[in-house]
Amino acid sequence: MVTTAQTTTPQANAPLRGRRSPLASIGLHTTLIVASVIAVFPVLWVLLTSLKPAKYATTTDFFKETTLANYTDLLENTEFLTWFGNSLLIAALTTLLGVFIAATTGYAVSRFRFPGKRGLMWTLLITQMFPVAVLIVPIYNIMSSLGLLNKAAGLVITYLTIAVPFCAWMMKGFFDTIPREIDESGQVDGLNPFGTFWRLILPLAKPGLAVTAFYSFITAWGEVAYASAFMVGDENLTLAGGLQKFVNQYGAQWGPMSAASVLIAVPAALVFLVAQRHLVTGMSAGAVKG
Amino acid sequence: MAVDTSSQSAVKAAGVDARGRHRGTGTSGGKVRRSLTTHWYAWAMVAPVTVVIAVIIGYPLVRGIYLSLTDANERNVARSIGVNQIPATYEFVGLDNYVDALTGSQFLGTLGWTLVWTVSCVSVTFALGLALANILNRKIAGRSVYRMLLILPWAVPGFVSVFAWRFLYNQDNGLLNKLLAGGGIDAVPWLNDPTWAKFSVIAVNVWLGVPFMMVALLGGLQSIPGELYEAAEMDGANAWQRFRHITLPGLRSVSTTVILLSTIWTFNMFPVIFLLTRGGPGEATQILVTQAYKFSFEISPRDFAQSSTWGVLILILLMAFAAVYRRVLRKQGEVW
Repeated sequence: MVTTAQTTTPQANAPLRGRRSPLASIGLHTTLIVASVIAVFPVLWVLLTSLKPAKYATTTDFFKETTLANYTDLLENTEFLTWFGNSLLIAALTTLLGVFIAATTGYAVSRFRFPGKRGLMWTLLITQMFPVAVLIVPIYNIMSSLGLLNKAAGLVITYLTIAVPFCAWMMKGFFDTIPREIDESGQVDGLNPFGTFWRLILPLAKPGLAVTAFYSFITAWGEVAYASAFMVGDENLTLAGGLQKFVNQYGAQWGPMSAASVLIAVPAALVFLVAQRHLVTGMSAGAVKG
Repeated sequence: MAVDTSSQSAVKAAGVDARGRHRGTGTSGGKVRRSLTTHWYAWAMVAPVTVVIAVIIGYPLVRGIYLSLTDANERNVARSIGVNQIPATYEFVGLDNYVDALTGSQFLGTLGWTLVWTVSCVSVTFALGLALANILNRKIAGRSVYRMLLILPWAVPGFVSVFAWRFLYNQDNGLLNKLLAGGGIDAVPWLNDPTWAKFSVIAVNVWLGVPFMMVALLGGLQSIPGELYEAAEMDGANAWQRFRHITLPGLRSVSTTVILLSTIWTFNMFPVIFLLTRGGPGEATQILVTQAYKFSFEISPRDFAQSSTWGVLILILLMAFAAVYRRVLRKQGEVW
């Protein structure tokens, strides 16, 4: 039985250590079940709360009444859709611009040896550890003098400070995994480096680009500090700012808050779970081989 | 590191170009020109990022450092009220802000808690991630289901999770206290008592961080050849010895990377503290980043200079940490 399992999952490197004692099995499963419950529970709890009438929000009666009232209330009586639209626009623009600007750089640092490369790599690495506190004040003052506070454009430009170094770094990792023979075959066919990049490498790097794009989207989608500082006024908020409204300003409105949380989290989680295998590969490739 | 073949190809391609246009590169300035003809492809490719970094990171960084050397606050920076432009009136004060920060108790106190927060978050997260990755790396029924469930906290946008936890922690109505009440235990002031609040924010950050740690370490575990374990088992090594002498060394490169990353992330973890407690109660859970934010956006008048000073100090601390970390690794023979 052990051997069949081994052949069906060849990537499993678990050692062949004969049969596990039943006690050990119970121990392992118990650990995993407890961990899974802790991992899933807060999310599940919010999902269940969102389906309860608001007056039961803080009770433990789950299935007494199930209703979508929180959702209709959220969509009809709050600015949720506006915030959602703002977040979507800002995150999408950040992603597009970030990936677009960073793509060629990722390729160049992966393939060429040129003066300034070391410095550039270091800059890309160090900017990843920039705390929000270093840039937020000067950027705030600059945006204020340009009249870009409270504007989507201002936040997009700000997020590029996070997205561009990150995208370049991550894409380098992906380009490193594409065999150099492909570049050479391109040169044999008379393509210059731009041609090689554009016609041969970019199409092969599509999965990597998708993951990088996805990751920078999620980063912009979930950013809190800049969004809280730069955007005021109900109609300009992003989701991170919007959710704060439910908890801070009017006490705690758990009903609409839980519904909003579900609407934000469920699509993100689904896409994430599909993409996650590649996420780690990309990150560790970028980081380890740096 | 670029392999020679490709850089040769760049030379080759650029060489064709050179022959076409600038035949016989002269002697004076020839070096610059030759380097330009050789590398212009690479430079053209990195130009957009270089420009973006210089304009939207480099310039604000320089300005931030400058602000930290002034007494800038909300009242004396350049601003426009209606159509009136009011010019900036803040003054250069040299290192005064740094002296104030480093000799006052606030910065050092906040730094102390930030270090406690970072070390406890990273170590607990790493330990839990390693344990779960080890279990998931075994042949166990329902492995992929467990894996999926355990990754879930990573999949949910951070700010949503933090609000979910706020909901659970609520002192009067939160589920945690309801459960405790069911067991006859008094309500715990999760976010309202300094000590409990510290515990609570760490718990949430660990909850958020374990999935990444687990997945990264699982990837590392799967790249350790199974034959090593078989050989060790033949030699009579027990489970602990196998873990100690095969698993841990095999995970070195992954662990050093994830520990560095998560230390930097945790040190800078703004949303958890900001959304869960706003640094409260009092200043009990305020970390350096949230305090710097508070200076410029939550108090009145906004203290831009102090905020910038803290920001620069945070950056220096992190870079020093990364440099020391790298040096230690290098001494131990790790190439990084």
